[in-house]
Amino acid sequence: MINFEDLGKLLNTLCPMFVLVDDAGWVTQVGPTLQKLRPHQQMTGQSFLDIFELVRPRSITNVASILTEPDRKLHLRFQDKPQTAFKGLVVPLPGGSGAVVNLSFGISIQDAVRDYALTSADFSGTDLAIELLYLVEANSAAMEASRSLNLRLQGAMLAAEEQAYTDTLTGLKNRRAMDHILGHLISMKSTFALMHLDLDFFKSVNDRLGHAAGDYVLKQAAKIMLAETRSDDTVARVGGDEFVLIFKGMTDRKKLAAIAERLISHLCQPMKFEGSVCKISASAGTALSTQFEIPKAVDILHAADLALYAAKRSGRSCHRFYSQLSHAQQSG
Amino acid sequence: MHGLINRAIQSFVCATYGRQCWLRATQAAELGFDEFEAMLIYEADISTRVLDMLCAELNRPKSEFLEDLGTYLVSHPNMEDLRRLLRFGGVSYVEFLHSLDDLSDRVRLAVSDLKLPDLELLEHSSAEYHLYCSPGLPGYSSVMTGVLRAMADDYGALVFLSNEGRQGEAEVISITLIESAFAEGRHFDLGARKS
Repeated sequence: MINFEDLGKLLNTLCPMFVLVDDAGWVTQVGPTLQKLRPHQQMTGQSFLDIFELVRPRSITNVASILTEPDRKLHLRFQDKPQTAFKGLVVPLPGGSGAVVNLSFGISIQDAVRDYALTSADFSGTDLAIELLYLVEANSAAMEASRSLNLRLQGAMLAAEEQAYTDTLTGLKNRRAMDHILGHLISMKSTFALMHLDLDFFKSVNDRLGHAAGDYVLKQAAKIMLAETRSDDTVARVGGDEFVLIFKGMTDRKKLAAIAERLISHLCQPMKFEGSVCKISASAGTALSTQFEIPKAVDILHAADLALYAAKRSGRSCHRFYSQLSHAQQSG
Repeated sequence: MHGLINRAIQSFVCATYGRQCWLRATQAAELGFDEFEAMLIYEADISTRVLDMLCAELNRPKSEFLEDLGTYLVSHPNMEDLRRLLRFGGVSYVEFLHSLDDLSDRVRLAVSDLKLPDLELLEHSSAEYHLYCSPGLPGYSSVMTGVLRAMADDYGALVFLSNEGRQGEAEVISITLIESAFAEGRHFDLGARKS
């Protein structure tokens, strides 16, 4: 049988955070790393429970009772500050002569290494403490790189959204797209008609039946406008319930009036949303690029706007062309 | 090629030769971008093109350039994290050398898709070592030579390194340890935290 002194030497190397306790609960030997944590307090000769507070199992005041139980797992911490936490394993010595309690830092390893300036020499050669610390550092470095990528991607996504040309609700073009197309047509000296269309009573649908109903109406209205236009015409949602339609190469008033009439009559058909009837209508005003000597986007949009208000004044659900003469008279 | 490797080259060039030099090389290599993302994977061909352009621009052989990159990875303040991770390999330079056998596994533990070639250390005597670098990453042995040199400084060891060329598939670096505690070396605090 190996004597206590030899046992202590063996444990010093194998598990440098051991405590050798006699059957009455007095500390007879401690491992070098454990003693390093309390350099000014000689642990040998003290009562185990004077040094360590038992966190689990709780309410044990007599340490002798746990020392005889094989493979007893303990949760401990120092009585004084810093109250480093430990995991412990009790192995009773043969013949009831006390026990070996082997301690480890468990999850508190990072704090312990910093608080006590431990080095790899303080851990046994097979202890995974150093690997654990390595992993924590390596992971946090990798996480940081990932996080910075995520931040940049998020920024790029926001920028892309800002630069997008599509109205996400209806799938129509948005105001940005409309500005671009209009600018392009003007710079190419193309002829075109620009129709400004406004949904009437949309606000009351929204107020009465909620935003889901309002969104549904906008999507249906978008479908109608796409169905009534050619593929190279532009349909853009430029505001809550405002749309701009650009008819490329078309300046025939009769045809445009017929399109407007069809659009308005379709938009006036009641729509059903979850059992409720949504009734809207539409007013529209059209300006032709040929009405301007030097067409400018802002002038054409303004002219279509004036025509739209003329249509609204005429009692809604109708369409008006911009007329230089009448509008000049009104504003004059 | 993993973004971390590309990013290492970018960081080295910007810190050593300036951002303008980096921008000229990325333009000459026609990358279409000038910033590598550390956590994305790139075509190997892209890295090769940038490296070729950099060596041409700086008028330096690739092996020399890559050796300096290896030194940068350990010794520059930008790369303190990496130095620390390498120092976890051991308390002395010799222990560090032996830990290189596990380096590719350690790297994979931290970044699972970063696969570095295997390294194998052969000890001929307590002062004579050969490091075998497996193929898979062209120029890896040059980078490792720079890393070994800078880590020797870090541990305060005096070593003599030379490139022994190829043996079979592997490239071999010979390491002669002249003095293991030649200088003080840099401090390594296991529990240091970033502020």
